[in-house]
Amino acid sequence: MTFELETAANPENLKRVVIEPVTRVEGHGKVTLLLDEDNRIHQARFHIVEFRGFEKFIQGRPYTEVPVLVQRLCGICPVSHHLAASKAMDMIIGAQLTPSAEKLRRLMHFGQVMQSHALHFFYLASPDLLFGFDSEIATRNIVGVAAAYPEIARQGVALRKYGQEVIRLTAGKRIHGTGAIPGGVNKNLTLAERDFLLKDIEQMIVWSQGAVDLIKKIYCERPEFHNGFGYYRSSFMSLVRPDGALDLYHGGLRARDEHDQDIFDHLDYGHYWDYVHEEVKPWSYMKFPFIRSRGREEGWYRVGPLARVNNCDFIPTPLAEVERRIFKAFDGGSATQATLAYHWTRMIEMLHCAEGIQDLLHDDDLLGDDLLSQGERALRGVGVIEAPRGTLIHHYRINEDEQIVRANLIVSTTHNNQAMNEAVRQVALQYLDGKELTEGLLNHIEVAIRAFDPCLSCATHAVGKMPLEVELIDAEGKEIDRLVRNSSGACGV
Amino acid sequence: MSKTITIDGTKISFTEGQTIMDAALAAKVYIPHLCHNPEFKPHGSCKLCTVNVNGRAVSACTMPASDGMEVENKTETLDNERRAIVQMLFVEGNHLCPTCEKSGNCQLQAVAYCLGMMTPHYNHFYPPREIDASHPDVFLDRNRCILCELCVRASRDVDGKNVFGLSGRGIGSRLVVNSASGRLGDSTFAVTDRAAKVCPTGAILIKRQGFSVPIGSRIYDHKPICQVETEGKSGGEHE
Repeated sequence: MTFELETAANPENLKRVVIEPVTRVEGHGKVTLLLDEDNRIHQARFHIVEFRGFEKFIQGRPYTEVPVLVQRLCGICPVSHHLAASKAMDMIIGAQLTPSAEKLRRLMHFGQVMQSHALHFFYLASPDLLFGFDSEIATRNIVGVAAAYPEIARQGVALRKYGQEVIRLTAGKRIHGTGAIPGGVNKNLTLAERDFLLKDIEQMIVWSQGAVDLIKKIYCERPEFHNGFGYYRSSFMSLVRPDGALDLYHGGLRARDEHDQDIFDHLDYGHYWDYVHEEVKPWSYMKFPFIRSRGREEGWYRVGPLARVNNCDFIPTPLAEVERRIFKAFDGGSATQATLAYHWTRMIEMLHCAEGIQDLLHDDDLLGDDLLSQGERALRGVGVIEAPRGTLIHHYRINEDEQIVRANLIVSTTHNNQAMNEAVRQVALQYLDGKELTEGLLNHIEVAIRAFDPCLSCATHAVGKMPLEVELIDAEGKEIDRLVRNSSGACGV
Repeated sequence: MSKTITIDGTKISFTEGQTIMDAALAAKVYIPHLCHNPEFKPHGSCKLCTVNVNGRAVSACTMPASDGMEVENKTETLDNERRAIVQMLFVEGNHLCPTCEKSGNCQLQAVAYCLGMMTPHYNHFYPPREIDASHPDVFLDRNRCILCELCVRASRDVDGKNVFGLSGRGIGSRLVVNSASGRLGDSTFAVTDRAAKVCPTGAILIKRQGFSVPIGSRIYDHKPICQVETEGKSGGEHE
């Protein structure tokens, strides 16, 4: 099936506008718009143009290799893939994690979400939020933020660095470590490592609180604009703890529809395929998942910080819970549907991570030596985790020789595929429909995509100065407008 | 009076019957090598230990030391040639260090670092190589085999089993298993065999142990192979 503005009725007579690549997101994607002679939008699509093939080339590899191999999907959130795969392998070897192993993995994951959220908010999103969506392009980047708001930039860098240090001490390296292995972890924290992290955690909580205050202030200064930007209603899906709390590492699946009503709750993710299906469309390498009971048309949903904060009953750390309540009260207590509310909830989660890290660092289980377990073996394993960008599903089958024979990965950005396309269409209609093309207007589309913090490929990414070429071609195929940004960031016609 | 050879201007003593490699290792002088392991009969196949003796290129692991021998080891020319050999080994196989559980414990990787290899330089062959997971305890990944024959020698000379051998010629050479089906699971191979723990790369892996050693505790995490080898650890010990 197709959605409104997904496919134009007569595309051959329309002019095509391409934003390629979309910038300040992880990976490579493009947006295509088809417009008529009056610049009315007839088609808007967000395409993912990379093909990775991980699900195929891990076939034949030993299962022990998978948590380290598949994390190469991403250079920003490899820990998420590392842990989701490890959880699947726990199931395959029948492991029930020891308290030390689970807490060390949770610590690693908190560090991961913290650094990823800091990266996104300060490096990628803050230029739009601080300077305006159509502000001067030459300074609409992290360097511009550092010049105009040096303290904000400094805190952003320091928050990300701290999260990376947590990862280094639990996984062995800041990027692509090996800490989680089937059945547990391969190292604990030494006393010196714990004290090293304890030294700065108070400051990180203060700065995380400051980041929440900053986005709250920006958002509430123009509430109608921020609420209305790319607005649409959708379902949300996330993991929740058995008591309904926000839980980034483990839990049951909860999905609520656009009216905040349960679709399913506390679902055992070990049989996710009974509830979530994927549709393939010919114009994107990314699939379109949907909730089976609601069908292809109605079953799409959003995941990530907005989904998690909307879906959970409470956040189990005090400062973040206060902020969740303020956030909920902002929209009268019901689930907030605004696209740009992703930024606000992302910072609430970063505060939760900082608090969670502090709690864990006072737990002596992190220093324990009981790190591995195993039990009755199985040939199939499913691991689900809440990655920074949303629910991440890893599903593997092995043979009797312990080789991977099948893999299915549904990554966070894939869940958000339809939602991002919807946001692009809404913004295109709101801001571009019938207007002259400008870089600032096109950036509105990118702002909507960036709100989701999509990880498009994941391992390749660049900040700010990716080359961008936008062409406006009329109905006869003649180029009538053209914007080019070269690799040094300079713009020209 | 003891007999001596000179390696790069330094005199070291040796006993009758020692090779240049034996004498060098005893004197804590590192000569790069991959197919050599003091535990087994020298093989002379990888050519990494090529040194110049009185103007002639010889394999240090097979050339007997003789009194007064002048050996050139650490020269720019020799290291350039060694680096090229290692680069060729990398492109002839499928060595994916980032996801290999032997990373940090791998002699091929360590030697490459030691020789300053920054890129593979040559075009990758990406050869199709067979994986054999049929054994209950050991995974045989031919993608990473460098044909050093250490497993062949260990199985034959220590384990007394002759499980492994090389077949084919030139670029078609490959590691084969001595069983009716050609599969490791149908051979007499056991995880306790010496041959199971002698592979300098990640071609022979013990199942269910991947990545159990954390980063920071692996053999070459803190010291380069030239230091590890000359501090008494023999090549090929990679439990």
